[in-house]
Amino acid sequence: MSDHHDDLPRFNHPVSTKLLFGVFFSLIGLTVLTVVTSALWKVSELPEAFAFPVAMIIATMKAFLVCAFFMHMWWDKGFNVLAFLSSGLFVALFIGLTLMDSSHYQENIDSFPRNNVKQPVIVPINDGGNVEET
Amino acid sequence: MGLAKTRQSPGLLLLLKLETDMATVDAHADDHHHDDHDHPPFIAHHFDDAEQQFDSGKLGIWLFLVTEVLFFSGLFVAYTLYRNHHPEIFQQAHVFLDKYLGGLNTIVLLFSSLTMALAVRSAQLGRNKNCGIYILITMVCASMFLGVKAVEYSHKWDMGIWVRSSWSSDADSLSYGHHEGQLGIAKSLGVSDRLIWLSAIPAVLLAGSLIASVIGFVTKKELFGKFMLAMSVMVGGYFLGAGVGQVYQNVKEGSGDSHEHASLQEQQPMQLLAMTQEDQDHADDDKKSDDADHSHDEEHSHGSEKAEYDKEHPDPETLDRDIGIFFSIYYCMTGLHAIHIIAGIIALAWIYWRCLAGHWRSDYFGPVDYVGLYWHLVDLIWIYLFPLLYLID
Repeated sequence: MSDHHDDLPRFNHPVSTKLLFGVFFSLIGLTVLTVVTSALWKVSELPEAFAFPVAMIIATMKAFLVCAFFMHMWWDKGFNVLAFLSSGLFVALFIGLTLMDSSHYQENIDSFPRNNVKQPVIVPINDGGNVEET
Repeated sequence: MGLAKTRQSPGLLLLLKLETDMATVDAHADDHHHDDHDHPPFIAHHFDDAEQQFDSGKLGIWLFLVTEVLFFSGLFVAYTLYRNHHPEIFQQAHVFLDKYLGGLNTIVLLFSSLTMALAVRSAQLGRNKNCGIYILITMVCASMFLGVKAVEYSHKWDMGIWVRSSWSSDADSLSYGHHEGQLGIAKSLGVSDRLIWLSAIPAVLLAGSLIASVIGFVTKKELFGKFMLAMSVMVGGYFLGAGVGQVYQNVKEGSGDSHEHASLQEQQPMQLLAMTQEDQDHADDDKKSDDADHSHDEEHSHGSEKAEYDKEHPDPETLDRDIGIFFSIYYCMTGLHAIHIIAGIIALAWIYWRCLAGHWRSDYFGPVDYVGLYWHLVDLIWIYLFPLLYLID
């Protein structure tokens, strides 16, 4: 919570250093967690389909900490919070609607003659030599 | 918290203000400068008081941040679409991104966010000196971030990884390294030429700000001298970041394996080649035949009858690969983010100057808060970019 300074104007809410450091170390912890979990799916039996949602949930937790405490949203006016959070709604609409429409032009993409166009591909190093020799 | 709910929004305040102004327009017709208010310094004459000015600015910066989020969302749409259609490309491409350098940058940026929040707190309490120190640390972290980024970028350029269009327009330029058409693997220890060229810009800035600082102190312009000295410290952060990144890169490449990405992944080391679809089919045939008679004489493993079999059963995953588009998305997202970092440094430098001038007081700290919000947004975007680009396993 913010400090209470009676001598400060009422729009001035300094956040206590204790809280700021707490948020910082939580953010570091979550960063380590997301790196660890990203490697987890390779070594464990857990289905890889969880990897992306888990990474996004951790990122959103970090985003919440930054928004709420570093950006003072916790103490900010409701209208400011609403304005900012509404951008998330519009991003979701943007991504969602585009995804729904994305297969529509796949035919045009597929019909593009790409067989003779050199394009970068990723291959194991040993195969590179083979291509040159053949 | 209870306080915040009872207060009116700036928009409403503005409306109320307009109404009262309309009502009293005749009474104040000859009073354009609002001299009846007791205006403290730094409060623009069109605001009633410090709170109204602060709230208006805050609403403004929040709306700006909304446009920033929407600005970036276009790139996130490109990312989502491409990953949705070609998840395999993302799984292959991530071996070219180093999650530990990305993680280092994440921590640097999070730390800069902490110091930024501390700077805002100092400004709120009117402690200009502390605020200046925190702002300076934030700027050093920002340019350190750019230094690490420069190592990452130059390393990719050494590998021949650019945006997609530069690959397709001139495929022959891919000839780099030992084989025709091969995107070479950066093999050398030591500092990349491209990194040196990239570092020329901060080097010039460093020299310039040092000279300006000396001139400032010699001509007794203390404030200017101090400011430019701090700027040179800030630019120094770039070299700190580049140094740390370079040392890490060298240690990684020098450790044991000759293959560059051996330490990054447990499987086979990968490389980039420029190939037509036909080449790809050949390569796949060779790979399969290699795998098949691995224990036999490897010298004669190419072009075996296995190839005939594989031609009839093309592996759908090897078709329609275009890893270049991944890197286009990577460069656009991280590049736009880096531009925001640079813009942030410029804004922070302005705040720092005003810290030195001692402008911040408990009823006037808005600009620090606004730049802080912008800085946190830059951090926020990186929080999402890091797992999306670096942590695809």
